[in-house]
Amino acid sequence: MTVRVQREDFDIGVEIAAIGKAGNDVGGIASFVGIVRGGTGADAIGAMTLEHYPGMTEKELSRIEAEALERWPISASLIVHRYGRLEPGDNIVLVVTASRHRQAAFEACEFLVDWLKTKAPFWKNEETADGGKWVDAREADDAAAARWSKKD
Amino acid sequence: MKILYFASIREKIGHAEEEISLPPSVAKVGDLIVWLQKRGDNYIHALADLRAVRIAVNQEHVKLDYPVADGDEVAFFPPVTGGSR
Repeated sequence: MTVRVQREDFDIGVEIAAIGKAGNDVGGIASFVGIVRGGTGADAIGAMTLEHYPGMTEKELSRIEAEALERWPISASLIVHRYGRLEPGDNIVLVVTASRHRQAAFEACEFLVDWLKTKAPFWKNEETADGGKWVDAREADDAAAARWSKKD
Repeated sequence: MKILYFASIREKIGHAEEEISLPPSVAKVGDLIVWLQKRGDNYIHALADLRAVRIAVNQEHVKLDYPVADGDEVAFFPPVTGGSR
């Protein structure tokens, strides 16, 4: 169970290979890589800067990871999230989960991605012709996170 | 008490953090917001729409009715937008 918040890029191959060696009970690894989407026309996105809350970010990501571990039999997991200035095509976030069987790895990976989007304290500021613009949170992300809420 | 502001809320208030002595009228996060709003238009503007304000006390997400004490670290920020879009 590892969490890293960093300015630097990450090497997906190296990170996934390390998770595969985390124990001899790993039967499958699922991963998600979020990248800065470009675009054309009115929808075009230039560079962006990600601000975060040092200290809370790491704690919140660890809490989300602990929640995943409670729900699925995961052998190992990794969340790497970048901050600072990023350009279209750059990596933003990497989530890797390993388990004995694929279903737990797939589900836990999706859960981590959905939850970190609505809970981890990061904010995107996009560079536009008129200066910096804060990105609004999307209701679709809240809905995606809510479907993992435990029913009483 | 240490208060931190992030992203658009930091820009509206004009600074990233400040240290205050806990006023006697403040028992909960909601009271703190009322107290801050008396300090100037920048605070009123930044904390006007509470649906768009998220709060953390000691680096954990909390709601308006969460109690605060001297020595706490309280943060105000907009809904988060990490991950990929």
